[in-house]
Amino acid sequence: MTNLAQSSAKPSRNVALAQARRVVDFVDRRITTSRWVKRNEGRAFPDHWSFWLGHIALFSFVVIVLSGIMLTLWFKPSMTPVTYDGAYAPLQGVVVSEAYASTLELSFEVRGGLLMRQVHYWATHVFIAAMSVHLLRVLFTGGFRTPRKLNWLIGLAVLVLGIVGGYTGHGLPDDLLSGTGLRVVEGGIAAIPIVGTYLSSFIFGGEFPGEDIVSRLYVLHVFVLPALIVALLGAHLILVRRQRHSQWSGPGRTNRNVVGSTFAVHTTKAGALFLIVSSVIVLMAATIQINPVWLRGPYDPSQVSAGSQPDWYMAFLDGALRLMPAWQIDVFGHELTLSVLGPVIVLPGIILTALAAYPWIEQKITSERGDQHILDRPRDMPTRTGLGVGFVVFYVMLWIAGGNDVLAAAVDVPVNWVTRFLQISILVMPAVAYSITKRICLGLQRRDRDKLLHGVETGITVVRPDGGFSELHVPLSRPDAYALTSRERRVPSELGPEVDENGIPAPRPRGAKLRARLSKAYFGDVIDRPAPEEIRAARPGQRVTTPAGSGIGDNPSHE
Amino acid sequence: MFDDAMTDSTSPRSHLSHPLTSRDADPPTDVEPRAGQRATREVAGALAVAAVFVIASVVFYIGFADPADASGAGLGNLRVSNLVLGLMIGLALLIAGVGVARWSRAITTGTRIVEQRNSFDAGGPAHQGSGYGPIGSWLGRRRLIRNSLVGALALLPLPAVLALRAVDPDASSRRAQTAWTEGVRLLTDLSYRPIRVSDLQVGEMVNVMPASFLDLPEQGLARQNERAKSPVVLVRMRPEEMTPAEGRENWHVDGIIAYSKICTHVGCPVSLYERTTHHLLCPCHQATFDLSDNGAVVFGPATRSLPQLPLAVDDDGFLVARSGFTEAVGPSYWERKA
Repeated sequence: MTNLAQSSAKPSRNVALAQARRVVDFVDRRITTSRWVKRNEGRAFPDHWSFWLGHIALFSFVVIVLSGIMLTLWFKPSMTPVTYDGAYAPLQGVVVSEAYASTLELSFEVRGGLLMRQVHYWATHVFIAAMSVHLLRVLFTGGFRTPRKLNWLIGLAVLVLGIVGGYTGHGLPDDLLSGTGLRVVEGGIAAIPIVGTYLSSFIFGGEFPGEDIVSRLYVLHVFVLPALIVALLGAHLILVRRQRHSQWSGPGRTNRNVVGSTFAVHTTKAGALFLIVSSVIVLMAATIQINPVWLRGPYDPSQVSAGSQPDWYMAFLDGALRLMPAWQIDVFGHELTLSVLGPVIVLPGIILTALAAYPWIEQKITSERGDQHILDRPRDMPTRTGLGVGFVVFYVMLWIAGGNDVLAAAVDVPVNWVTRFLQISILVMPAVAYSITKRICLGLQRRDRDKLLHGVETGITVVRPDGGFSELHVPLSRPDAYALTSRERRVPSELGPEVDENGIPAPRPRGAKLRARLSKAYFGDVIDRPAPEEIRAARPGQRVTTPAGSGIGDNPSHE
Repeated sequence: MFDDAMTDSTSPRSHLSHPLTSRDADPPTDVEPRAGQRATREVAGALAVAAVFVIASVVFYIGFADPADASGAGLGNLRVSNLVLGLMIGLALLIAGVGVARWSRAITTGTRIVEQRNSFDAGGPAHQGSGYGPIGSWLGRRRLIRNSLVGALALLPLPAVLALRAVDPDASSRRAQTAWTEGVRLLTDLSYRPIRVSDLQVGEMVNVMPASFLDLPEQGLARQNERAKSPVVLVRMRPEEMTPAEGRENWHVDGIIAYSKICTHVGCPVSLYERTTHHLLCPCHQATFDLSDNGAVVFGPATRSLPQLPLAVDDDGFLVARSGFTEAVGPSYWERKA
């Protein structure tokens, strides 16, 4: 804002600048951009490294779009067979599809074409990875709570669209691996009861592989999916803007305000991050080879190479296909192949439904009311954090299973052992991870409580007159103490007595029992922050180090 | 016990962020003109270096990045040009990014802002009780109309599902058909030569296509589709090693036996053969089939045995199909007849 003020105070003599100012004025008189800028001057942008993860996703999406536009200039989305006569000698004379031939042309005969292809691929990996980490950040900090539930759903939808976008792009070059990926999905579609075969025929334009799928994927990949992603990202950002960002607890921060850096600082940082994200992507594209389609050759449904694996973001589905034991049932003389249907259709459905519904489920359990703008530290919600880590472990195990053959080769054991091991551990490990995480969270809570009650270690040892040694503890600083104590008290909801004082059975709404039980599971063993009296008792003769008025026992959101 | 005086001199290291203490003050560049000038020079310098890299990349692009150098002679030059071009553009972006980051940390001023939030709470004063006015009553008052509207619209996709079926009525029956029929010769894949019994050693595996495949128009759609259904693996083992099921005793010729190459799991071509165990493994999801035991599943997610192709020898001594496949090849589907 100081920049604006200075420039208006001191008109420039520079002719070009004066012209630019006139253009700005012209635009401003019509769409009042200055009002927009002015409104932003008062906006606060909470600052924390984890709040930039979404930006990384957004910026890599910009890189995807820019590099993708370059690729469309040369890529031909056609499965018409042609005899390859391009620059890549080993494939000269081989009959390939136009899609494959144009991908080779793009790589070998277009200046900078290979770089653009690799940028497009790496940016996709960064995009999906950044979205995934962003999702975990929001999950573990409770950033999905009211009023951000809608944005949680939108974000989830963008993640799914991003993964579908990556998959459709992976299918475009019509090389051996992309065709194998399509084959697996076609097998999954065929397993859908009643409509499977017709759905497959509808999608592939007849039999697999047919000659339509590449051009159909292309329409999805360059038009439908990007349009949906742009629209939903726009909605996501508008909602973030309207609701303002959530923030960590700390002095001066309440549930009713936003504390953060200014528009100018935030925008400059965002610009720097954009440049750095795109530079990392370009440097990866320059130095790390990705998807060398020429090594794999054109797609031939009768061929496959050992170690065939999908891109990492699809690997959890492929891993599920590898782990699921053979299971087929007969339904009135029809085949229902659960070992295919389960991993390809049911599992992603369950994962997405669980993720989408979680904010509502948690609200039912916590009975939390009203807007929640202060983020939870993961340790303060041990059950949620445990569930989240359990989910991550489950996902990672599936992901590892997607490369069980590669893993088996790397550690030199039979792939059958790896599969059996993963089949068992995927049932056990998430539960183990859940309980370990919960224990760690509770331990950290205890540590926080100790810090408040007994201060922090100084490393200074004193000798008492009687010869004993003890370490000096000093009270927590006021801001630290505030941040630790301003969180809400978590108490499990009580069911109340079964009969009232007159012996009449108390009315119990349906589900209340379940809710009480879940609430106990969530908060039964939470180590609560100490009450002011406890701190006073632990430190006689000392002022309690929390800001006056904030009230150590009060929740800022209910002030 | 606790020495209060200590708290003034030794402040414990903070483990939490303090918004109002850590970076609240304006950067020193505002109060120290020389520091400000230095930071400005650094930022401008970084942007200038970035510009130099951009220009260098343009020069390289025009002068050196000609992929024609790479043609025929392998990828060496292409790799170098990809590397140099990418490094130049990437470094330009990186250095510019570092410069702007320095700008944001050292020079861009502005104290921390505290903004009051709007309430989005439905119980809050902004939303109290008024509902949605006329629009709310338009949809909210006649519940029966609203609910039957939703119900009727929810049924709409049903005709679409039926229409889907009409798009391709043969979709399911076609899955059961391959190019294999009685008397069709087995040809080695890619070289398309007929096969004599004596061509195959015990333990050998050959990929095979039907001779009828060559009748399909070259470079046509039908060929590509047939390659997804008709491929067959031909192996030879000692006849005493196999345990043919009832009715399949004469499906092999002197220990030469043929199975569909298309996995019954999701349709990858099964292709890794272990000659000592007669196991055939699918590299996609590790479904493993025992070719000496009628293609039975011995490991992995596949639910059905590999379909076996009955073999015979024609008058010229070449291997032919005794009949087509007796069941549909490839992955399971709803209408499939066992």
